[in-house]
Amino acid sequence: MLTATRAPERPSSYLTDGYGLKSWLLTSDHKRIAILYLISITFFFFIGGIFAALIRLELATPAGDLLESDVYNKMFTMHGIVMIFFFLIPSIPATLGNFLIPEMIGAKDLAFPRINLLSWYIYVFGGIFVVYVLLTGGVDTGWTFYTPFSTSYSNTKVMAAAVGIFIAGFSSILTGLNFIVTIHRMRAPGLSWFRLPLFVWAHYATSMIQILGTPVVAVTILLVAMERGLHIGIFDPALGGDPVLFQHLFWFYSHPAVYIMILPSMGVISEIISTFTRRRPFGYTFIAFSSVAIAVFGFLVWGHHLFVSSQSVYAGMVFSILSYVVAIPSAIKVFNWTATMYKGSVELSTPMLYAIGFIGLFTIGGLTGLFLACLGMDVHLTDTYFVVAHFHYVMVGGAIMGYLAGLHFWWPKMTGRMYPVLWSKIAGVIIFLGFNLTFFPQFILGFLGMPRRYHVYPPEFQVYNVLSSAGATVLGLGYLIPFIYFMWSLKYGKPAGPNPWGATGLEWQIPSPPPTENFEVTPVVTVEAYEYHAQEVVEVG
Amino acid sequence: MASHATVLRHHFENGEQQKEASSLGMWVFLLTELMFFGGMFMAYLAYRQAYPDSFAAASSKLNVTLGMCNTLVLIGSSLTMALAVRCAAAGSGKKLVVLFLILTLLLGGVFLGIKAKEYHDKWIHHEVPGANFHPEDWPKNVDMSHASLYFGLYFGMTGLHASHMVIGVGLLLFLIIRANQGAYTPEWHTPVEMVGLYWHFVDIVWIFLFPLLYLIDPNFGRQ
Amino acid sequence: MSTQNAHSEHSVHIVPIPVYLGVFFALVIGTLVTWQVSLLDLGRLNAVVALTIAVCKATLVVLFFMHVKYSTKLTKLVVVCGIFWLLLLLTITEADLLTRTWMGVPGR
Repeated sequence: MLTATRAPERPSSYLTDGYGLKSWLLTSDHKRIAILYLISITFFFFIGGIFAALIRLELATPAGDLLESDVYNKMFTMHGIVMIFFFLIPSIPATLGNFLIPEMIGAKDLAFPRINLLSWYIYVFGGIFVVYVLLTGGVDTGWTFYTPFSTSYSNTKVMAAAVGIFIAGFSSILTGLNFIVTIHRMRAPGLSWFRLPLFVWAHYATSMIQILGTPVVAVTILLVAMERGLHIGIFDPALGGDPVLFQHLFWFYSHPAVYIMILPSMGVISEIISTFTRRRPFGYTFIAFSSVAIAVFGFLVWGHHLFVSSQSVYAGMVFSILSYVVAIPSAIKVFNWTATMYKGSVELSTPMLYAIGFIGLFTIGGLTGLFLACLGMDVHLTDTYFVVAHFHYVMVGGAIMGYLAGLHFWWPKMTGRMYPVLWSKIAGVIIFLGFNLTFFPQFILGFLGMPRRYHVYPPEFQVYNVLSSAGATVLGLGYLIPFIYFMWSLKYGKPAGPNPWGATGLEWQIPSPPPTENFEVTPVVTVEAYEYHAQEVVEVG
Repeated sequence: MASHATVLRHHFENGEQQKEASSLGMWVFLLTELMFFGGMFMAYLAYRQAYPDSFAAASSKLNVTLGMCNTLVLIGSSLTMALAVRCAAAGSGKKLVVLFLILTLLLGGVFLGIKAKEYHDKWIHHEVPGANFHPEDWPKNVDMSHASLYFGLYFGMTGLHASHMVIGVGLLLFLIIRANQGAYTPEWHTPVEMVGLYWHFVDIVWIFLFPLLYLIDPNFGRQ
Repeated sequence: MSTQNAHSEHSVHIVPIPVYLGVFFALVIGTLVTWQVSLLDLGRLNAVVALTIAVCKATLVVLFFMHVKYSTKLTKLVVVCGIFWLLLLLTITEADLLTRTWMGVPGR
């Protein structure tokens, strides 16, 4: 052992390869770009969280006493816009996806590194518009921008918000494009499609959606801007326009968008479950195909957002049936994850806790979606808190838990540091409890008839609202804890080795944090993915 | 002038991989463009079937001759672009590559010039939606309130198309400069191919825009 | 690391000039036919004919000018997917537009 008279030198890695702002802002290294995204989306998460806090604060009492109605409208609109377009959609793909996909396939970078950097700048540029909207009065149309209110009547910053989202959409498109080309063309020798980690499959499917759906919402937003500026009448009934046409065009993207938000999380969960049960995921091929099936079928169901819009009842019936069909591949994943855990060697690490939480909460969220897919039930439940609870269960209980699970799983790889395990588990439990306390009462509220987007409600709903607001406080505090210990770990965390979890996968074969070029020599893959059995044999023998 | 070796980026294993990545990347990008234009085509589809008479009346305000001209010009530019790519791939010498690229650029310029004239005509005849919108000689039995739907879509769709043409012209300028420097060889002429794909796509959009916008009912209002 | 493969990539397929010229003339003739047919009154068939010719022209451009005929299976798949997804948007939304009045609303 050497007696250190000075601190041991840290091996060179992507973090130390070049110092200074310029080396970060002009980088083409996918890992640095992932970190840039991580910082930006965390910033927007806080902003979206502040709006959520104001909403729940207002809803603690039945009267509209904290915020004026107009202001309240802006709260839920900004919460939705920021959380969906500037947090959830980029979250896993732009951070974990960017960081890990080249490593998982044995490549030195994505196919188009400079386009990757461009996508971050485009995202930030779009974000600037949103911050501008925030500082100049907000927008009050709902994140769904329904016409003709958004095009003809709203007096708020609709144009600026629309421009911001339009721009951010191109960031999403470029990320998806980069992933598709990378996964097709840059896999290491021997890495056939069915040897890919399921995380990669999930991101491939996500990228399909980003490519095919985002352009449609982009042009729809363009039409909204044209309508607002020039009054061409495209969505204005007074001039012969059809507001439902807007809804068709909007939801053609926005429904598949929810799969952009959940599929990457599912990929994370597949990785974590297999690592902490030390098993190849049960039904690997089914899980892989189900990701693609969700992407494809996800494009066929958007009309379930239009059931009460005056959309044709026949179309409604078809969309309803297809909405049930799209649940099947998701269910297949849940069955396969559960089967993987059955008689597996389960280790309840922090990522695993989040993953198990994901499975439960996503299942509840998904099942409640089926209630809404039923035409008759939807007439009563639409635009109530039931819908709000449903999508928060899948988006927060599902997608965000998956994101946190992924952060906790790959943090040692990305930073070379471990976080304090006890605190991470405490935070996980707090988040889980806080989440359920926030959103389960909302199912009941919706069932009882409380409409969404209202800040005044009958007094008999107050007890559930108070529970929900209390839960939101717990949840908010729960989210703060990982933020604190992740920051702490950067300086004081225990150094992590290349493979602290004993996981399979090419990313665990390289140092933590990885060197800039990832692999000195391109690996040649000769084994199937998730070869845990082989590892165990070696250790015992 | 000696031709440059393949410009291999460091993260690719070899030139083949780089070329295939570029090609797939451009095709996926064109896919997004298809969906982008597709949204407006959907709006067009919805309103043309809802208001056939308004659309026919409004469409008759367009100059079919100029539209035909533009269509033929763009088809010609597609030919010259394809020939430019062919010359680069076949190693026919940089002069020919530059020549065909310049021809493509010129034809693109003619298209944009004619488009500018059409837009100007619309402007002075108050056919641009907005504060000054008031089409003249409108047939009495056709609802004029839906005219702005047609013209809004006309400007939206041709405007989106024209802005793509402008970007294409910029890309061509870049190619011409680089081609003149001898940058493109049979071994590596990927940028020329990629711009070619983009240019042809923009041509295809116009192939659909022309009949849909100009030829709804050319005989409307006559006899 | 900048050496090329000894044999040229499969994708460098030089299309003969007569093919390009043939496609060009087909496109021009298609345009002229479209224009002439539009001057006749065929009712709903006008749009059908015009769009059919447009689809044929687009196909020629895709296959020959854009070299898809000589491209990889993946490229062909991407093209087909794009067309398929556009048709999804158009046909399903259209299905709503066409069938909105099929089922009467109670009370009306």
